[in-house]
Amino acid sequence: MPFHSMAQWVALAEQSDRPLYQVALEMERTDSGIEPEALLARLAERWEVMEASMTRGLTEEVRSESGLVGAGARRLHEARVAGHTLTQVMADAIARALAVSEVNAAFGRIVAAPTAGSAGVVPGVFAAVAAARNLSRHTVVRGLVTAGHIGAIAARRASLAGSAAGCQAENGVASAMAAGAVVEMLGARPRVSDHAAAIALKNLLGLVCDPVAGRVEVPCVKRNAGAAANALAAAEMALAGIESVIPLDEVIDAMAWIGIHMPVELRETSEGGLAATPTGRRIAERLKVEVDP
Amino acid sequence: MGLLDIIGPVMVGPSSSHTAGAARIGMVGRRLLGEEVVEAHVLLHGSFAATGVGHGTDRAIAAGLMGMTPDDGRLPDALELARAAGVRVTFERGDLGRVHPNSARIALRGETSRVEFEAASVGGGQILLQSVDGLEVGIAFGFPTLLTEHDDTVGRIAQVADVLARFEVNVAFMRVAREGRGQRAIMIVECDDPVAEEALAQIRRQPGFRRVCYFPPAD
Repeated sequence: MPFHSMAQWVALAEQSDRPLYQVALEMERTDSGIEPEALLARLAERWEVMEASMTRGLTEEVRSESGLVGAGARRLHEARVAGHTLTQVMADAIARALAVSEVNAAFGRIVAAPTAGSAGVVPGVFAAVAAARNLSRHTVVRGLVTAGHIGAIAARRASLAGSAAGCQAENGVASAMAAGAVVEMLGARPRVSDHAAAIALKNLLGLVCDPVAGRVEVPCVKRNAGAAANALAAAEMALAGIESVIPLDEVIDAMAWIGIHMPVELRETSEGGLAATPTGRRIAERLKVEVDP
Repeated sequence: MGLLDIIGPVMVGPSSSHTAGAARIGMVGRRLLGEEVVEAHVLLHGSFAATGVGHGTDRAIAAGLMGMTPDDGRLPDALELARAAGVRVTFERGDLGRVHPNSARIALRGETSRVEFEAASVGGGQILLQSVDGLEVGIAFGFPTLLTEHDDTVGRIAQVADVLARFEVNVAFMRVAREGRGQRAIMIVECDDPVAEEALAQIRRQPGFRRVCYFPPAD
């Protein structure tokens, strides 16, 4: 059985003195019969798609059909390369998260992680940290194992759908996946992943899904960047030994509770929040398309 | 959900639930019909109705109906491609009652047959087939899945089980439902192993089977 709790997964890893990704690969072999090498090969292919979407967003003038979002990644990337950004790693992660999200908004090819609306967070954080710390492709692909299983625990205990639990279930979970995995990629012990993921998700609890005009553009694209920065903040804290008082499992349960109590207007129906602001409504009116043959 | 469902699918944006899931719902419809779609009428419910067009839900469903996978680069142009191919796809917004917010009811017509089904996109590109021709099925596509519509008469289940056994397919889960005794019935068989085309052909040759569909394991 896949892990139902982070606590159980961390305990298994620490008892056998193995990293989380390795325990997860063993579990996958027992559960679904997939050999670790085969699974890592599939994930390596997905990382290539992630890389391609980042490259495209950073270098091309990618714009959505509505024209609401686009080319932000390229602009920030050029500013960073020219030395005009406040930070390096964070600016890189943000630019890359924007890149994937902009490609996604333009009906481009991406890897959902865990969803398309939050697809920029994990690759953005991974690529920026890997570049800064010279992490190998192997390490990054193993990181996808850890990130994926953190997402799977959230899927089992709560939901990954904005329509069910709001953006906390998409960008919130993506941020937790990125934070929890990246600390392990940097060599931290399993329990540090629990703290990093818990801190990341706690900071985004309650985040609603209120896309303007029903499009994965405003505020989704920039929320990917925010969730990536949040993942780095959580990773920094956890790596320094700061612990989350509430463990990840309970944070996920809290997220599920909040999702259940979230009004339907704030769950991907575009009837509340930013979608219902005067500007949001004006844009929706302008982009209105009737579902008709 | 498995690891490759969380870090995946590889897809054309912008939404795993409203685009990739919608394309998969279309693909399921195509497999249920078992032939090329000539005409499709799609009722979009809840969030599908509210935000579906901006997410390309309409294009994605049309793409799936024409056999495109969620990562097919032609997906954004699917409505135009359907029109060019002479496939009539129409949409309406509606209320399906207490169902998942991302739900659709789709009526399909091919050269020789029709089918109507309800499906939901439940997050991250995962879908749930709720009902087929009015009968509850609840298929999540986590396994290679066989679906039959047949007459509720003695021996139908044994025939399917027999063919699967001869092709060395282990059955993980199995359910049946029916309109009433002796009437139209439905059987859902979730398997541990893929089912060969020849096994399906053998089941189709048995009397009393109106529809035999197979859904390969989701990628």
